[in-house]
Amino acid sequence: MAAEFEPRIVAFLCKWCSSAGADLAGVSRMEYPPNVIPIQVMCSGSVSPLYVFSALSHGADGVLVSGCHPGDCHYIKGNYYARRRLALVKKLLEYIGLEPQRFQMSWVSATEGVKFSQLIYDLVKELKPLGPQTKFRRNY
Amino acid sequence: MKRTGVFVCHCGINIAGTVDVKKVAAELAKHPGVVHAEDYVYMCSDPGQNLIIQAIKEKKLDSVVVACCSPTLHETTFRNATKKAGLNPYRCEIANIREQCSWVHREKSKATQKAISITRGVVEKVRRNESLEDVSVPVTKRALVIGGGIAGIQASLDIADAGYEVILVEKSPSIGGHMSQLSETFPTLDCSQCILTPKMVEVSKHPRIKLMTYSEVQEVSGYVGNFKVKILKKPTYVDPDKCTLCDECTKVCPIVVPNEFDMGLTGRRAIYIPFPQAIPASYTIDEKACPGMFDTAIACGKCADVCKPGAINFDMKPEIVEVDVGAIVVATGYDLYDKSMMAEYGYGQYPDVLDGLQFERLLSASGPTGGRILRPSDKKEPKEVVFIQCVGSRDPELHWPYCSKICCMYTAKHAMLYKHHVHDGQAYVFYIDIRSGGKNYEEFVHRAVEEDGVLYLRGKVSRVFEDNGKLIVWGVDTLTGKQIEIAADMVVLAMAIRPSKGMDELAKKLKIALDKDGFLAEAHPKLRPVESMTSGIFLAGAAQAPKDIPEAVGQASGAAAKAMAILSRDRLFHSPTVARVIRNLCTGCGMCVSVCPFEAISLKEGKAEVNEILCEGCGTCSASCLRNAIQVKNLTPHHIQEMIKACLGG
Repeated sequence: MAAEFEPRIVAFLCKWCSSAGADLAGVSRMEYPPNVIPIQVMCSGSVSPLYVFSALSHGADGVLVSGCHPGDCHYIKGNYYARRRLALVKKLLEYIGLEPQRFQMSWVSATEGVKFSQLIYDLVKELKPLGPQTKFRRNY
Repeated sequence: MKRTGVFVCHCGINIAGTVDVKKVAAELAKHPGVVHAEDYVYMCSDPGQNLIIQAIKEKKLDSVVVACCSPTLHETTFRNATKKAGLNPYRCEIANIREQCSWVHREKSKATQKAISITRGVVEKVRRNESLEDVSVPVTKRALVIGGGIAGIQASLDIADAGYEVILVEKSPSIGGHMSQLSETFPTLDCSQCILTPKMVEVSKHPRIKLMTYSEVQEVSGYVGNFKVKILKKPTYVDPDKCTLCDECTKVCPIVVPNEFDMGLTGRRAIYIPFPQAIPASYTIDEKACPGMFDTAIACGKCADVCKPGAINFDMKPEIVEVDVGAIVVATGYDLYDKSMMAEYGYGQYPDVLDGLQFERLLSASGPTGGRILRPSDKKEPKEVVFIQCVGSRDPELHWPYCSKICCMYTAKHAMLYKHHVHDGQAYVFYIDIRSGGKNYEEFVHRAVEEDGVLYLRGKVSRVFEDNGKLIVWGVDTLTGKQIEIAADMVVLAMAIRPSKGMDELAKKLKIALDKDGFLAEAHPKLRPVESMTSGIFLAGAAQAPKDIPEAVGQASGAAAKAMAILSRDRLFHSPTVARVIRNLCTGCGMCVSVCPFEAISLKEGKAEVNEILCEGCGTCSASCLRNAIQVKNLTPHHIQEMIKACLGG
């Protein structure tokens, strides 16, 4: 039997909440699948749609953007911009035909290690049956 | 830049137990541009840091990646080491392969692969990093304290005693806050005013404290070390220098309105002094109450007629005072939850249903009854008093989910003091849990029960209604499971503590965040409890969360110390990873200006311009720019794109 498909996921985590939450998951030794490669950004509001497209075109099977909870942004309102902007990106991607599971947003605070770990579990579980993402992948 | 060094830490077995660190180093050694890669058992140790310093010097490295724990822990350590080796510290970056890799995975091959991907990404980032110098700004050595309760008083005194100027702004006519309304304080039963008023006097006499009562913060701009604040000084219509406190004016004033200091249990005149020990010791004409103010046609002017020193001046105008300060302490305190929300307990309907602060006034020697406990309705001594705790607190369905923290203790105090006043009376307390954490607090509650015979009933009250001159209290004792009916003479509600009115608007002016319950949010719940998210603005007292007097005083001193850490410096430095405009790409559309949470961007001559001192480097501007014309230094779209490529390449 062939090895099970392992999706590769890029996660843009804001420094203050979600990356700190992921750190807490680590400190608390909450295991989750190793399919996610974290990239720390200052704020979810700094995640340009281009980053999402770029990750998909370079072969990511899924993209996650996670920031502080609405109202809790370290930069006061960056995550509200992220929410609006990325909701449009999601609509666009789905319109083009990308499975909705492949691009997700979430809010994980610095105290939510459990939530972060569960989020990654669920994400990997949802992406496995979809197989590799080919819609945007470019052949380099 | 093509000379990167990669240093992989074992962290004992914390990383090496799950990640094949030798393989990570070996794989990274093959990565283009990496000229040095090694692993070591503890990179953060002195020998570990020396490895980095040595390699930078010997191999002429121009950038460094340390693959180790989270950057929140040792980024500073390794950047300092880099600096020591003569390389700009911003040429050093951390790849987090412990918290976000080795600690959360078990399968070694996969964890190793992930660690390699993460590190590759960071190598691509650091290669594009510029050498940056910290942004330096001068400091205005003066503090603003907002709120003149015990927390604001303490913070002001601490900062002023350390040698810095303080401007203390209080919105009401006197400082003192709620503490001045209290009768005694738990657990010592100290007279509240007796311990507070010396501090109030100290504030008024302090050579470095400028007291601005009856004033409100109207506008705040600037940044840590250099805030500009506009303060609205409302007219009191009485010249405090001329006023001799003879009290002739209140005798002739025809207007009576509820007295806030007595929580509406008594009335006051339109011209009034809040309480005898008020600081500043002067009268104020309440312009909302005085008919002369809003309709000159019926101005009575009686107070001015009887004022022998001529202190009354109807022509006084509101004044805007502009001040420059380096740090701000917010100590705006609390109000009690609006009692009208508690219709089931008959508040507002029955005069003998009181809140905790009203009961304090009844207990106080300076209160409406001269310290005797008498029912507001008929001035008779109540023989059965029911105290209800957690009114509006710990009630996520209908009111507020949090615990108001001080009510267990002050209710025990109220019940105890009631018994001290009315020896043959009976006090009942309905409670959910008794929370008496604090020095001598538990003993205090025991004293109320054992020495003063206060009857504690575990359960909630469903209804309070009047019948035959008695207040019938329906409740349940959850320990016996029995329903309880008490025919009481008085009911005292321990209302939830809420942030003081208008604090949300003040928070907006200060650009500081509120938590989900509307209190001021601290920068970190454990490790930065007196700082707001905005640097240079600190929190003290019940504005941040319900707290008792010693906690408020402690936090105020903490906030003062934090403020002094800023004021004591001649210059401040902040991270240089701020936004930069690429002028030839900028079309001056202004999108970045409108999204910037810190008002750090403005349009000058049709191009965006960043104030590096205000910019916090969040990058919201860069994501909104259609032309990549504004980018955060060392985290540009180019940096991110290359990181993505490198992460996914392996």
